[in-house]
Amino acid sequence: MEKKQPKIEINEKYCKGCRICVEFCPTKVFEMRGFVASVKNPEACIACMQCELRCPDFAVTVTL
Amino acid sequence: MGFDYEKYIRPGKLPHIWCPGCGHGIVMKGLIRAIDALALDRDMTAIVSGIGCASRLPGYLDFCTLHTTHGRGVAFATGIKMAKPGMNVICVGGDGDGVAIGGNHFIHACRRNIDMTYLIMNNHIYGMTGGQFSPTTPFGARASTTPYGNPDPPFDIARLAIGAGATFVARGTAFHASQIDKLLVEAIRHKGFSVVEILDSCPTTFGRKNKFKSVIEMMNHLKEIAVPVAAADKMSAEQLQGKVLTGVLHREDKPEYVEEYGRLVERVRESMEG
Amino acid sequence: MSNKVAFLQGNEACAHGAIYAGCRFFAGYPITPSTEVAEVLSNELPRVGGAFIQMEDEIAAMAAVIGASLTGMKALTATSGPGFSLKQENIGYACITEVPCVIINVMRGGPSTGMPTGPSQSDVMQAKWGTHGDHPAICLVPASVQELFTETVRAFNLAEKYRTPVTVMPDEIVGHMRERIVFPEPGELEVINRTLPSVGPGEYKPYDTRFGDVPPLASFGSGYRFHVTGLNKAEDGFPTTRADLVQAEEERQVRKVEKAIDDIVTYEEYLLDDAEIAVVAFGAISRSARFAVNEARKRGIRAGLFRIITYWPFPERQIRALGQRVKAIITPEMNLGMTIHEVRRCVEGRAPVSGIFRVDGEPINPAQILAGIQEVR
Ligand SMILES: Cc1ncc(C[n+]2csc(CCOP(=O)(O)OP(=O)(O)O)c2C)c(N)n1
Ligand code: SF4
Ligand code: SF4
Ligand code: SF4
Ligand SMILES: [Mg+2]
Repeated sequence: MEKKQPKIEINEKYCKGCRICVEFCPTKVFEMRGFVASVKNPEACIACMQCELRCPDFAVTVTL
Repeated sequence: MGFDYEKYIRPGKLPHIWCPGCGHGIVMKGLIRAIDALALDRDMTAIVSGIGCASRLPGYLDFCTLHTTHGRGVAFATGIKMAKPGMNVICVGGDGDGVAIGGNHFIHACRRNIDMTYLIMNNHIYGMTGGQFSPTTPFGARASTTPYGNPDPPFDIARLAIGAGATFVARGTAFHASQIDKLLVEAIRHKGFSVVEILDSCPTTFGRKNKFKSVIEMMNHLKEIAVPVAAADKMSAEQLQGKVLTGVLHREDKPEYVEEYGRLVERVRESMEG
Repeated sequence: MSNKVAFLQGNEACAHGAIYAGCRFFAGYPITPSTEVAEVLSNELPRVGGAFIQMEDEIAAMAAVIGASLTGMKALTATSGPGFSLKQENIGYACITEVPCVIINVMRGGPSTGMPTGPSQSDVMQAKWGTHGDHPAICLVPASVQELFTETVRAFNLAEKYRTPVTVMPDEIVGHMRERIVFPEPGELEVINRTLPSVGPGEYKPYDTRFGDVPPLASFGSGYRFHVTGLNKAEDGFPTTRADLVQAEEERQVRKVEKAIDDIVTYEEYLLDDAEIAVVAFGAISRSARFAVNEARKRGIRAGLFRIITYWPFPERQIRALGQRVKAIITPEMNLGMTIHEVRRCVEGRAPVSGIFRVDGEPINPAQILAGIQEVR
């Protein structure tokens, strides 16, 4: 069975650019683009959900 | 689908007022997940706070919410619970709010063992007023009113709660986000006064003054100092130096205040009929 | 059918008045000379299915009262001087959030610990200006045990009707004296309950001025979810710093009481019709004053008494009219001059106003007031 790719979204209206998602994603899925985070390597995601849990600003959503 | 937080947030209230990297947002998400897991009736749930950055939390959530005066949240909450025992009452606030100006209400709520949950977001500082030291600021740390280092020894909120009689006491951190809701679920389910302390980050005032280059270092610090209670058993006193225990630290069964008062009322009314 | 008659202390009558008014929640902290209110209610509230809680201090007691009232319950606290000072911040909170509640402050000597068992009337200014910021104030000053009962009922009525805290302030003499009281039958005195929303939860706003200057207040736990904050707020209850909204809300909160002055203000005029000298007094001292006025009349002096029952809002119009009618006004009070300033403000120099002030823990006696009347004659 093929592994389904999680969908990772960043709500730029809510992101305050704290970098928590960027630094603590175990597979380095995110990068900073200017003052907001953005998804760089979605295919590396292992769906640990930590980014969604830790974003203080309700800006990251991971859909499995 | 990711977790739908906005279901519980009042329309148009996001983005919230907290600074970039402020842990209060992480804690609020944990509270929302806990409420969701317990499927609490929103109409019958009051969320009460004092004053401070942490105390702004209730305004975001679609429940019966009460943002009161500095330190007094627990006392307002006590009135609600006594007058309407059927309500779920959750009180939230910061370290300054809870154990400085509100310390007296806090210990007495613990003593009464009144059925409510008190969530303390402990960022070790008075965030809202610009970073003055609080009763949990570490000895020697810098704050805007301790320019030469903090001369005051800090409180251990969890131990204070246990000593005062709280019947459920837990501690977590903003870094260990997935644990926050689990602790809160247990706390809210517990009959009696439950205290959940979440070690939190205030990068804007505490971080800046204490050489944390960013919230990332603060989060790493929380990661390093946290030791789950179960793991602590196998560690030596040396290994536990500078560490903080996390998880459920205390749990006991004792008569709950509102229920006891209800029994008293019944007793009195029966004797009137007799 | 005849009414129940009893011989009660003022504070006891106050507690029974609260029960009559529908009060079902009390939170307090013991302090002389108000403690009997708490003691009686700790006994009575469980009997009517209500709740009594002794809190850790007066700040907590005031907070708990506001919390309880937000669930729809009529709630009371009772205190004296030092405790009244401690309550002030949360009284302001009840003002801005417009949560009905009643505070009994049995006045003792001050400042600070002062004279705990001595009578005083020196908290009347604090009742209006005690908490910071602009806010409405309603304060009632009964003069007998019976009146302490009925004014406590009226305090609840005004609190519920105008969505605001109301203070009842007997001096220690009135709080502690024992007199005959006739208990009103249920239904004999009017009992008012707050207006609940007529719109559904979806449409409800806690400060919705479409319903006038006193918007309906929903109860927590009744299906309405709303936010309550001590920050300046808009009609929807959420904080705002928008200048026009803040100004409008603040003005409305003060206006709702000011414009209802004729509904709120009560007073008693005694032998004032032809009076040349008016004594303006309240509480226990109004009893001395009545005696002194009678004595003066016996001596051929046309004296009369204006007894203040509602201290705030102050009976401005009536005192102004009095200033136009009489030759002199005397204000005997158990403080160093508080009412005298209000009276002077109202009479605007039309009549000389002199005071008799006493803060030694002794009431001002009729002889002193009679001497005052003879002096200004
Ligand atoms: C009676 C009173 N004293 C002082 C203040 C000022 N004040 C507002 S918030 C605050 C401290 C808040 O600190 P904390 O509770 O730790 O919350 P944080 O902002 O850190 O989340 C203080 C001292 C106040 N609002 N009221
Ligand atoms: S954690 Fe959230 S707020 Fe912080 S950078 Fe990532 S998306 Fe933005
Ligand atoms: S779910 Fe885990 S692996 Fe995937 S992006 Fe988020 S933090 Fe990285
Ligand atoms: S000042 Fe500190 S506590 Fe307040 S919002 Fe900013 S980071 Fe959070
Ligand atoms: Mg703090």
